[in-house]
Amino acid sequence: MNFNLTKEQEMVKTLMREFAEKEVKPIAADIDEEERFPRETVEKMARYAMMGIPFPKELGGAGGDTLSYIIAVEELSRVCGTTGVILSAHTSLGAHPIYQYGTEEQKEKYLKPLAEGKYLGAFGLTEPNAGTDAACQQTIAVLEGNHYVIDGSKVFITNGGESDIYIIFAMTDKAKGTRGISAFIVEKDFPGFSIGKIENKMGIRGSSTSELIFENCIVPKENLLGQEGKGFGIAMQTLDGGRIGIAAQALGIAQGALDECTKYMKERKQFGKPLAAFQGLQWMYADMATKVQAARFLVYNAAMKKDQKLPFATEAAMAKLFASETAMEVTTNAVQIHGGYGYIREYPIERMMRDAKITEIYEGTSQVQKMVIAANLLK
Amino acid sequence: MKIVVCIKQVPDTNEVRIDPKTGTLIREGVPSIINHDDKNALEEALQLKDKYEDVHITVLTMGPPQADVALRESLAMGADRAILVSDRAFAGSDTWATAKTLTAAVKKIGDYDIIFCGRQAIDGDTAQVGPQLAEDLGLPQITYVTHLEIEGNKVKAHRALEDGYEVLTTEMPCLLTTIKELNEPRYSSVRGIFEAYKEKTVEMWNAKDIAISLEETGLNSSPTNVRQTFTPSPKGQGMILEGNGRDTVSELLFKLSEKHLI
Repeated sequence: MNFNLTKEQEMVKTLMREFAEKEVKPIAADIDEEERFPRETVEKMARYAMMGIPFPKELGGAGGDTLSYIIAVEELSRVCGTTGVILSAHTSLGAHPIYQYGTEEQKEKYLKPLAEGKYLGAFGLTEPNAGTDAACQQTIAVLEGNHYVIDGSKVFITNGGESDIYIIFAMTDKAKGTRGISAFIVEKDFPGFSIGKIENKMGIRGSSTSELIFENCIVPKENLLGQEGKGFGIAMQTLDGGRIGIAAQALGIAQGALDECTKYMKERKQFGKPLAAFQGLQWMYADMATKVQAARFLVYNAAMKKDQKLPFATEAAMAKLFASETAMEVTTNAVQIHGGYGYIREYPIERMMRDAKITEIYEGTSQVQKMVIAANLLK
Repeated sequence: MKIVVCIKQVPDTNEVRIDPKTGTLIREGVPSIINHDDKNALEEALQLKDKYEDVHITVLTMGPPQADVALRESLAMGADRAILVSDRAFAGSDTWATAKTLTAAVKKIGDYDIIFCGRQAIDGDTAQVGPQLAEDLGLPQITYVTHLEIEGNKVKAHRALEDGYEVLTTEMPCLLTTIKELNEPRYSSVRGIFEAYKEKTVEMWNAKDIAISLEETGLNSSPTNVRQTFTPSPKGQGMILEGNGRDTVSELLFKLSEKHLI
């Protein structure tokens, strides 16, 4: 197994590190405090072709690969978990399903502006009563002539209210269960579509998480994504890819917390010597660094499998499970190492700990990842 | 408009560490970057390209094969063509021999209106190569450019002075050296990075390609040579004299004369 990055990937990493340090880090604490969506960062990312890294140039993308995109999410998340998830939800959940399942017309009309960063994308699957049990969809879509009429609501939608394009799942045939779910491309201005409550969250507070409301929402027939009844498969396969993005977000948050510890442990002195000289803390730090590196190998491995067009669902679930739990553990220990300074908002550590928690929950909880891993390996 | 931008790949540090035993730079573990002032040079060329039609930018560097990365980055930022002038015969060139070598390369490029160079490299700090190149090519030059306008076939530039700037106009072709006050370099685009590696090439030119004689380049053709490089030893502790004016002044005079400074 070879984890050496190509020259292109190395250069993307250097670019994203510099961009994150100069453009993202300086506002990370403010957007968290103010719950402000960093629109200016999204515009800058669009200018430098960061909003469609894995898509072909002809479709508005950067002509890159999954691993480069994953590295971008990692480097952004290293300084700001919010910015990392905005890119991840946009690319993996908003744009990718159109790339994989869209018609040529849909790609031209929707994927191109998404990949160019002119549009922001989101994905609406979760409902009040359909979280982990995603098949329990209550939103319905009825075909009436040349359009579908959608009724229902979605909750906890990342980039909700900020996006131009939403991939929405709804029941077209309730009797068929999961085989009755279909996927649709919904524009923010379609009649009958509105944004409900914007959630007030523990972490990733600069990202927008909202309710989506559909009341007799009119969606043209040509906006059906894939075939009718194939929506559940589209959702599950999209989430397989999305998990690598969230795993990269978790990895970046963990690396960011570790980097803060590296700096703090050398600077902070107690009992006449730097924290770095205390063996109790050295052992804690060594465990943190080791887990971060192990997480990186799992995440990169899943991305490489996807790039090689090999099955990657198990690898993506393992990467997300391990990276998110590593992020939670590393940020919690990073707060401990920083002591009182870790708990106050003048330091970025407490924000990293709050941001880390969601990575164990969204796009499949840790428990769901274990179900996926076991089901795939024991079949 | 045809533009040539000369860049140099340098170690990414303002505190170049030197091995005290050998007197050479310690390059291990130090990533390489495009020299800062040279990035301003490239940015200015790219801004001209954004503003005017038919601007073509060639980026030129003399260096070891690893300098390929710096040229790819220039392509990723938006340059059109990249040339790496590289030959073992060039090793050990000082600024004189470097300018002669670049002159030969620029002559092979042939057609140009403006040559941009960064003011100086963060590793050597000489600020000589740009002006020497202008002299060797017989071009008018404006150094320390902080502002630039194109007026017909002339350039009008602000040239930074210690306490202000002067406004100079010259005809093209000309050579300009740039400083960081000129602009804020853009990032590479991710698309640009993949194009730089997948679609574009870096041309490799050796001594024969640019028809330079071995009397003009390399260590033996360099009139300057480095006898020794060293890190200055830290200065001693300062001293603060306290007390009333009269006493401290006479004590100061005594201390200075004791050290034979006055």
